[in-house]
Amino acid sequence: MVSEAAPPGFLTTNLDKAVNWVRTQSMWPVSFGLACCAIEMMATGAAHNDLARFGMEVFRASPRQADLMIVAGRLSQKMAPVLRQVYDQMAEPKWVISMGACASSGGMFNNYALVQGVDQVVPVDVYVPGCPPGPQSLMHGILTLQDQIMAGEIKR
Amino acid sequence: MSDTPSLTTGDRETPSAESPLETPTPVTDSDERRRLHDVWVAGTEEPDWVKDATDEGAQELLSEADETSLATQRGTLVDDDYLVEDDVDEEERQIINMGPQHPSTHGVLRLQLELEGETIRRVKPIIGYLHTGMEKTAETLTYMQGSTNVTRMDYLSPFFNELCFSLAVEDLLGIDIPPRAQAIRILMTELNRVSSHLLWVATQGMDIGALSMMIYGWRERELFLEFFESATGLRMNHNYIRPGGVAADLHDGWEDEVEAILEAMPGALAEYEELLNENPIFLDRTMGVGVITPDEALAYGVTGPALRAAGVDWDLRKAMPYSGIENYEFDVPLGKHGDVHDRYLVRFGEVRQSLGIVRQVLETMPEGDFRTEDRKVTPPPRKRIDESMEALIHHFKLFTEGFKVPPGSVYQAVESPRGELGMYLVSDGSASPWRLHVRGPSFANVQALPVMMTDSLVADIVSTLASVDPVLGDVDR
Ligand code: SF4
Repeated sequence: MVSEAAPPGFLTTNLDKAVNWVRTQSMWPVSFGLACCAIEMMATGAAHNDLARFGMEVFRASPRQADLMIVAGRLSQKMAPVLRQVYDQMAEPKWVISMGACASSGGMFNNYALVQGVDQVVPVDVYVPGCPPGPQSLMHGILTLQDQIMAGEIKR
Repeated sequence: MSDTPSLTTGDRETPSAESPLETPTPVTDSDERRRLHDVWVAGTEEPDWVKDATDEGAQELLSEADETSLATQRGTLVDDDYLVEDDVDEEERQIINMGPQHPSTHGVLRLQLELEGETIRRVKPIIGYLHTGMEKTAETLTYMQGSTNVTRMDYLSPFFNELCFSLAVEDLLGIDIPPRAQAIRILMTELNRVSSHLLWVATQGMDIGALSMMIYGWRERELFLEFFESATGLRMNHNYIRPGGVAADLHDGWEDEVEAILEAMPGALAEYEELLNENPIFLDRTMGVGVITPDEALAYGVTGPALRAAGVDWDLRKAMPYSGIENYEFDVPLGKHGDVHDRYLVRFGEVRQSLGIVRQVLETMPEGDFRTEDRKVTPPPRKRIDESMEALIHHFKLFTEGFKVPPGSVYQAVESPRGELGMYLVSDGSASPWRLHVRGPSFANVQALPVMMTDSLVADIVSTLASVDPVLGDVDR
């Protein structure tokens, strides 16, 4: 990124990189905790694991102020429309992490009550495996998403 | 329903007199019930009750007359003697929905509130947003796999779910559990009670603005999770207590880890109390808020700290001891006022008592087997499998077919951090339950929320709700 021609103290880069970098470093998740996985999501944000290191400690209560949705837990048929509504309320650009076996595939509950994977309702960018995924797994998922964003284009 | 025929109903038959919504008299209980069982065949003309309902049920609070008569029957009619008795105009009331996606509803609970200015006149909790069909799933899993399923119900106290299920199965099987397995179960469940209460104080603090409490609560909870992880392999949803004993013996060096927890906790508790006990905001927002009287609590089936905070001495560990808990000494902390603050005091008392139990278990942990020697439920040891074909077959069958449980039914209850967690298990003699019904403590406690919240202020909702500590996984299952 550093160009020889620029005067000292200046960096040159292209717009894609700059915008993507800004996006990755302050991603605010909307708090969408559903079940057991939500407890681990909260643990990730709390003292021990400190999600603030990645610029995303502010879990937003309002979807309007968030650009990431971490679907943490099992999604029931009754909750599915609510999830979609919250997703629709988020401003573009937005990303979704599906946290845990239940959110990704229905997990061990293959029955009448659960949506077998939230990707039937919203588009998912990163799936985090585990039941529940530990804080480290979730962080890995988040970093994967950041890599994806850095490598992508700014228009999506 | 108005008398003027509208465009949509004009060409339809006039609804018959039996149509419940046309009945001039108030809908009685049995009519209501019959209506719920009416079926409507898709493709035929919609009856009126279909149009009124949504797939989430009728989106209305009960009619006020119904609610009053219900409360009178239960003997729980709350007289508001401190509010002006003026009849407020219907127009002044507004209904708002809180949840199911709301930062302080503790999971996906939805509350329908009828407000009169700042005062809550009526509350209707609406549940089911986390319904996972676990009772049904239990019927398709063998008894051996059952713990995996039930542990995910009340995800803040997984050990209690497993314990309750295992005790019920063992009761039907009629097997005895070795003393060491029992002691391990008590050790794990009591540690779990502390970790659950820590999470409670963290969220209660967070909900009423003591944000640093949240950081502290999670900090100490991590100690427990680390111990659970080294003993069971998982931080949550352990699947560790199984019918017949526990999944594995405690690891080497567990004594030191428990000792470290026991040493860290008193200091941490003192720190919390320093933060909360004399904090005027905390006191103002908890004292005299969300009150429930002992009679009301009993009438609504409230159990756990919420019941004991009202002064009712009822703890299943004393009343119906399980897993050898009667061999340890502990007291049951009781409150007087039944408000949020007393629930806080009771929970902190329980944390201290549980740590005392853990200390006793640590000192008296018996040697021996960590699971029953009964070959019916326990696979043969690894060494025997190498030597004997029968042992190999036995092992294989146990893990593919599971073990059969004699026909019968049993109700088993344990005192979870939230109250009476009960499981009613019916066996038809096969290898998986015929029916498993769970009495979730949070379910009954959520039902009492209207009593606690009626006629209080909007700002107190969050405080009251948090103090009941409902886990929606336990409410909805
Ligand atoms: S994946 Fe496991 S931990 Fe997460 S919600 Fe499902 S059952 Fe709970």
